[in-house]
Amino acid sequence: MENSSSRDESFPAGLRVLVVDDDPTWLKILEKMLRKCSYEVTTCSLARVALGLLRERKDWFDIVISDVNMPDMDGFKLLEQVGLEMDLPVIMMSVDGETSRVMKGVQHGACDYLLKPVRMKELRNIWQHVFRKKIHEVKETENYDSYEDNNIRSRLDEFNGGFHPSKKRKDNHHKEYMEQSFGDSVSVKKARVVWSVDLHQKFVTAVNQIGFDKVGPKKILDLMDVPGLTRENVASHLQKYRLYLSRLQKQNEEKTLGGAAQTELNVKERPGVLSQQSSLARQQQNSPSGFGFSSARIYTQEMIPKIASFRATETELALNDESWASLNKRNITRFGVMASKNLEPWGDGGNQLTQFVQFMKDQQSITFKDFLEFRQAGQDHCFETDHPQSQPIVNLRGSTEAEDTSQQIHMKPVDSKESKYMLLKCGLDSGSSQVSHGFVNTRSFQAASATNLSCGNPCSSDDKNSITSWSSLYSDAEVAPSIDSLTFPLQSCGFFENAGFHGLGAFECNQIASDFQSILYDELQYNCEYLSDLFEAPMVDDGLFT
Amino acid sequence: MERSRAFCEAAGVKKSLFDQGFLDEQFRQLEELQDDLSPNFVEEVVNSFFRDSARLMVSVEQTLENVPHNLTRLDELIYQLKGSCSSIGAVRVRNECSRFREYYSQRNAQGCLASFRRIKSEHAALRQKLEAYFQVASRRAGPIRSVGRSVGAHGLSPLAPPRLFIWQIFFY
Repeated sequence: MENSSSRDESFPAGLRVLVVDDDPTWLKILEKMLRKCSYEVTTCSLARVALGLLRERKDWFDIVISDVNMPDMDGFKLLEQVGLEMDLPVIMMSVDGETSRVMKGVQHGACDYLLKPVRMKELRNIWQHVFRKKIHEVKETENYDSYEDNNIRSRLDEFNGGFHPSKKRKDNHHKEYMEQSFGDSVSVKKARVVWSVDLHQKFVTAVNQIGFDKVGPKKILDLMDVPGLTRENVASHLQKYRLYLSRLQKQNEEKTLGGAAQTELNVKERPGVLSQQSSLARQQQNSPSGFGFSSARIYTQEMIPKIASFRATETELALNDESWASLNKRNITRFGVMASKNLEPWGDGGNQLTQFVQFMKDQQSITFKDFLEFRQAGQDHCFETDHPQSQPIVNLRGSTEAEDTSQQIHMKPVDSKESKYMLLKCGLDSGSSQVSHGFVNTRSFQAASATNLSCGNPCSSDDKNSITSWSSLYSDAEVAPSIDSLTFPLQSCGFFENAGFHGLGAFECNQIASDFQSILYDELQYNCEYLSDLFEAPMVDDGLFT
Repeated sequence: MERSRAFCEAAGVKKSLFDQGFLDEQFRQLEELQDDLSPNFVEEVVNSFFRDSARLMVSVEQTLENVPHNLTRLDELIYQLKGSCSSIGAVRVRNECSRFREYYSQRNAQGCLASFRRIKSEHAALRQKLEAYFQVASRRAGPIRSVGRSVGAHGLSPLAPPRLFIWQIFFY
């Protein structure tokens, strides 16, 4: 039977499986099947018990198989919890194979959905899910270890505490096992890459060169032109870099927030996405994030390269920078949505800009609706430029009376079908601008407002809906729910490796940084629904507005 | 001689079970799982199925006693039964369960009731047939197999590591 020596056999023998099913007959059958595959099986008929077991012994299992319909807990819930807390691959099973159910399973993060009756050949292959996950983790860990800045690692550790318990606190025994198992396949893979200062500098230069929205491991790799460097190295370094930046930003913000007496952030008054234009925007030459109302593509092309080097990464909170400090109550509702265009010198743009700023200033409280109307009116004046490949961005701007230190929030539709938007926030941080961006699942915003966003024609109806829901968000100034709906992906999602606007960033909120943080972390932990949504959102989507 | 005759008889009974649509491929899969480590595996599984499904049927009956009928609860129970049927390949019962759920979705209470009666009868018929099959099969195996039904009752593999045992007590 299985004992630790069986682990010396070739993988996947000895894979440790936890099976959860309220049907005793199936439990028996599955156990037998899995045993025949040379796996180590533990069965459990109650979901809560299973969860307790998993929590208690985080490293005792490699994979979980669970039925969807269980009396004490919904299988999907269990799925979410396991994915969140233990980051283990979970396979769902059911006698019901309806597409909607399967979809729900995938949405909640299942790596597979099996239909009962389950065949042994299906079970034989479950090891691939474990393997896949380990590959990602190993990649990340390896490169991570070689990362120069130890501070980052420790910060990351504490940050990721809730997300990678298994990764960082692996049992030695288990580690050996995995190393053994993966020995052949993994050991050949890489000489450790040490990211020296020079190398890193090349990396940063490459990223800046490519452009924020287009950055991707392959492109960076090509640009860097370093022999022996692999795409995987670059990809994981990119990921770390983003994390690093967002970390830095957060720290700086905390510093500035903590220090100033003006840290009178409006707490909870009217929580909302505050946008203050950063001076970054102004720095971004002539037309900060454009005030044009493009009826076609909307870009912030030129802005992007500048921001490229400061990408935040997943699971980050975008906290405001010190410009928040000057924020006061009334400004909360002052915001607008801008469709930004290519940053190019505008003849007309300047006027529009002034007009808009004036408009904003005049309004005591601008609501989203107001802005849209304004924007609508401004339609005729807009002009477009052709800019291939940039990502359409909608900027959410708000301005304070203090004026043009408004933070810019770019809302970038990620997937028009899902109506998700990514928030990009430019923050100013003592000279270096930092960017973090986050996802907002607009579905959570239950649009109440009937305002239609007319981004001219470019917006698909989905985009409209989502922006509409934003409007209700703001007009109701009930953004607290929106915080709940923040979406944060779990780490190491494959999509980071693709070019584009990935990552999760933050969500601005009119709260004190730390409060916000704790809220968000809670959300991160428990709001799995959106997490899994993120997995499916394609990151790069050209021409979303067209 | 005796044994080979018993063998043929068992094979015949099994074949008829398949031909008449009582069982499907899943049952064969179970047979493939049976090996030296668990020589009575199929029978154990079948016993487990009948135990569990009997329990579900009782729950259904109880639910039916309350008028007006809680169709939702009924549907849940039948859904569980359906899942259970898929474990041994009890095709007819499973199909009848599907029909029940269709009636349920149409909120056809009469249809549901009629369907449940059919489920019961199919279930009973299958039970009878399988019992007969195992009787014959046991004769085929010879006197060694004297363990019979009761072993299947608790389903604990003696070779299970202790860890397993703790969790197994959760399912009666």
